[in-house]
Amino acid sequence: MSIHDTRSAELEATWRDPPGLRGVLSAVNHKTIGRRFIVTAFSFFVAAGILAGLMRLQLMHPGNTVLGPDRYAQIFTMHGTTMMFLFAVPVMQAVAVYVVPLMIGARSIAFPRLNAYAFWIYLFGGVMLYGAFLLNVGPDAGWFAYVPLSGPAYSPGKRVDFWAQMITFTELSGLLEAVIQITTIFKLRAPGMTLNRLPLYVWSVLVTNFMILFAMPAVMLSSTALIMDRLVGTHFYNPAEGGDVLLWQHLFWFFGHPEVYFIFVPALGFMSTIIATFSRRQIFGYTAMVVALIATAFLAFGLWVHHMFATNLPELGKSFFTAVSMMIAIPSAVQIFCWLATLKTGRLVMEVPLHFVLAFFFILVVGGLTGVMLAAVPLDLQVHDTYFVVAHFHYVLIGGAVFPLVGAFYYWFPKVTGRMLSGVLGRWHFWLFFAGFNLTFFPMHVLGLLGMPRRVYTYPADPGWGALNLLSTVGDWITGVSFLLFALNVWRALARGMPAGANPWGAPTLEWATSSPPHAANFPRVPLVRGVAPLWLAEPYAGHVRGLADTQREVLATTVLDAAPDHRMIMPTPTIWPFLSAVATTMLFIGSIFTPWAVVWGTVPVAVALVAWFWPTRAETAEHLALEKRP
Amino acid sequence: MSDPKFEPGAEPALPIPDGDGGTDLDVAVLPSFGFGHRSLMWWGTWGMIAIEGTVFALTIATYFYLRGQGTQWPIAEPPPDLLWGTLNVLVFLASAVPNQAAKRAAERYDLAGARRATLGCAALGMVLLILRVFEFRHLNCRWDTDAYGSVVWTLLGFHTAHLLTDWLDTAVLGVMLCTGPIEGKRYVDVSENAMYWYFVLASWLPIYGVIYWVPRLPPVLSP
Repeated sequence: MSIHDTRSAELEATWRDPPGLRGVLSAVNHKTIGRRFIVTAFSFFVAAGILAGLMRLQLMHPGNTVLGPDRYAQIFTMHGTTMMFLFAVPVMQAVAVYVVPLMIGARSIAFPRLNAYAFWIYLFGGVMLYGAFLLNVGPDAGWFAYVPLSGPAYSPGKRVDFWAQMITFTELSGLLEAVIQITTIFKLRAPGMTLNRLPLYVWSVLVTNFMILFAMPAVMLSSTALIMDRLVGTHFYNPAEGGDVLLWQHLFWFFGHPEVYFIFVPALGFMSTIIATFSRRQIFGYTAMVVALIATAFLAFGLWVHHMFATNLPELGKSFFTAVSMMIAIPSAVQIFCWLATLKTGRLVMEVPLHFVLAFFFILVVGGLTGVMLAAVPLDLQVHDTYFVVAHFHYVLIGGAVFPLVGAFYYWFPKVTGRMLSGVLGRWHFWLFFAGFNLTFFPMHVLGLLGMPRRVYTYPADPGWGALNLLSTVGDWITGVSFLLFALNVWRALARGMPAGANPWGAPTLEWATSSPPHAANFPRVPLVRGVAPLWLAEPYAGHVRGLADTQREVLATTVLDAAPDHRMIMPTPTIWPFLSAVATTMLFIGSIFTPWAVVWGTVPVAVALVAWFWPTRAETAEHLALEKRP
Repeated sequence: MSDPKFEPGAEPALPIPDGDGGTDLDVAVLPSFGFGHRSLMWWGTWGMIAIEGTVFALTIATYFYLRGQGTQWPIAEPPPDLLWGTLNVLVFLASAVPNQAAKRAAERYDLAGARRATLGCAALGMVLLILRVFEFRHLNCRWDTDAYGSVVWTLLGFHTAHLLTDWLDTAVLGVMLCTGPIEGKRYVDVSENAMYWYFVLASWLPIYGVIYWVPRLPPVLSP
C-alpha cells in the first residue's frame, strides 16, 4: 500500500457518514444528502406523473366518469403543486447539492448540517401534503391558489391551509439551499478556479440561487398572509375590509415568474455541460453565455404581470411587461446560438445524454414561439385559461427543463453509482418520451384555440374535442411506457451495469477526476486548477494542495474572485440535531394549521433543538484547537 | 485565461504555482479561520439578510399597495401612539454601542470584552422586547379589524420575530462565552452576530417610519 492509499483510506473514514440507523438520521456528507434529495424529488415526479395519468384517463372521452369534479380539482392542484414545488425547483437544487462541490474541486458543501436540515424540511413538507391528500384534505384551488377562491369564504376546511404550509416548508428549504450553494461556490472552489474558469453549469446554479434569494420571499409572504386571512381573520385579500384580491396575484407572480427560471436556468447549465462534453470542445462564447445567464435573471423579475393580462391593470403597464417578455428572448437566443456554434464546430458523439439535449432545441423553440404569442395582450386574452396555455407551459417546462434534466441524469448517473446505464434502453426511452410528449401536448394547442378551458373535469361531445383529447391520452400512455423503460434501465444498471470508471464520457470538468462513485472526501488530493476544462489539458493541474488534515473534515477556503487559498477550516461532523430540529419545525408548521398558538409553544422545541445543534462539545473544540492558527 | 491574481488585503493568501503539475502547495501555514468576507459565516449571514430584507421590503410594498386601495389611511382608526415605538428607536440606536464593542473585542480576541459587550447587547435586547409589548398594545388597531390593521400587525410581527431570534442568538452566544468551550471561530461568530444585529437595527428605522409616520402624513399626501 503506497502512502497515498493509506492516506486515502484514512480520509475516507474521516468523511464517511456513520453506518446504520444513526447514519440514516445524522448523515451530512453532501453526496449522501444530494442522493436522497434527488431520489425524493424523482419520487414526487412519479407521483405527479401518476396524477397526470389519472387526469388524462378522465379526459379521454367526453362525459367520462372516472373522476368526479371534487377529486379532479384535488388531483390537478396536487399535480401542479407537486411538479412545481416538490419536483422541479427542488430537483435542480438537489442535483447541485451533489454535483457542484465535485465540479469545483471542493471536499464539502458549505454548512453541511444546514444542508441536511434543508433536505429533511423538504421531505417532511412533501410527506405532509401527500398525507393530507390521501386523507381527502388535498388542496383543490389550483397550484397558484388564487384568492378569493382559496380564501376563507370559498374554501372552508383545511385543504388550502395544507397547501399554504407546504409552501412554507419548501420555500424554507429552497432559501436555505440558496444560501448554502452561493457560499459554496464563492468560498470553497479549488485554488486557481477563478470566476472566469467556473464551469457554466456552476454559473447557472449561482445565478439561480441569487434569483431564489430575492423571489422566494414573495411567495412566503403571500402564503403567510393567505393562511392568516384563513385562520386568524386578517383581511389582506378581503375587499370588504380594505384588502385586495389582485395583491395575491402580484405577490405570487413576483415569485412565480422567476420560479420558471429557477427551473430553466439550471437546465441551461446541463445543456452547456452536456453539449461541451459530447462536442469535444469548450462552449463557444463563454463570456457571452455568462452574461446571458445574468441578463436572464434580471429580466425574469420584470415579467410577472404577463400572467395578469386578463385583469383590469392599466394598459400602459401591460405594454411594459409585453416588452420585457419579448426582450428575455434575446439572452435565450444568445445561448442557443452559442450552443449551435459549438455543435456545428465540434465532433459530435451521439450518446444518450446528447439526445435529450438536442430535443431541447425542438421543443423549447415551439414553447418559446407560443410564449412570444402569449406575451401579446390581445392574443393572451383570447386563449387565457385554455389548453393553449397548458400546451405552452408544458413545452417550455418539459422541453426546457425535464429533457435536459433527464439528459443530466444519464450523464451523471455513472459518477454517482459507478455504473453505466444501457444506451439501447436509453435510446428507446428517449424516442418514446419524445414522441409521447409531443403527442400529448401538441393537440392541446389546437384544443385551446378551439376554446377548451383548462381545469374542467369533463366536457360535452358537441364541440368535437373528443378525438384530440383521446390522442393526447394515448401520448400520455406512451410517455408512461418510456419512463417504465427508464426505471428498468436504472434498476438493471444498479444490479449489473457495466462499471463506469472515473471518466466514461471523456468529460473535461473536475467531477470526472475522482473515482466513480466518488471518494467520501471527493478528492483525496485537492487539485490546483489551471483552466476552465482541466481534464482536456495535457497537464490537467498546476499541482496539488498539501497540508490539510486527514483525520478531521478540514477544507480549504479560497478567495471569492480568484480562488487564492485563504484559510483552512474544519467542517462539522454528522449529528442527529438537524433531523430533530426539522421534526420540531414540522410540529410547529403543522400545528399552526390547527391553532395559531402553535406558533408560540411550537417555537420552544425548535429553539431547544437549534441551541443543542450549535452547542460545541469540549472534545470537538479540543480537536479544533489542535489545528488552530489565528490570522 | 489570465493568471490567478490575489485579492488586495486578503493576506496571507498563498500564491498558486502556475507550473505544469508536480508542484504542491502547502496550506498548513494558513490560518484556520478569518473574519469578515473571508469567513463562510459572513456569506451565510448576508444571504439571510438578503432574504429577510426582501421580506421586509415586500411587506412595506404591500402596506403601500393596500394604502393605495382606498381614500383614507388608516382605514378607520387613529394612528399608533408615538411614545413606545420612538423609545424603541432610541434604545436600538443605543444598542449600537455595545454591539460595536462586541465586534471590536472579538476581532482582537478579547474574551472578557466580548463577553461583557455581548451580554450588554442581550440586556438591551431584553429592554427592546419589553418595549415591543407596549408597542403592540398602543398600535390602536387589531389585526382582524381591517386590512390596515392586518398589515401593521404583520410588519411589526415580522420585525419582532427577528428581534426575538437575534436576542436568543446573542444570549446563547453570551452564555457560551462565559461557560466555554472557546476556540478561534467563536470570535468570528461574535463578529457575525454583531453584523446581523446591525441589520435588525437598520431595518427597524424604515419600518418605524412606515408604521408610525405614514398614517400621519398630511392630507395632501393621502392615498
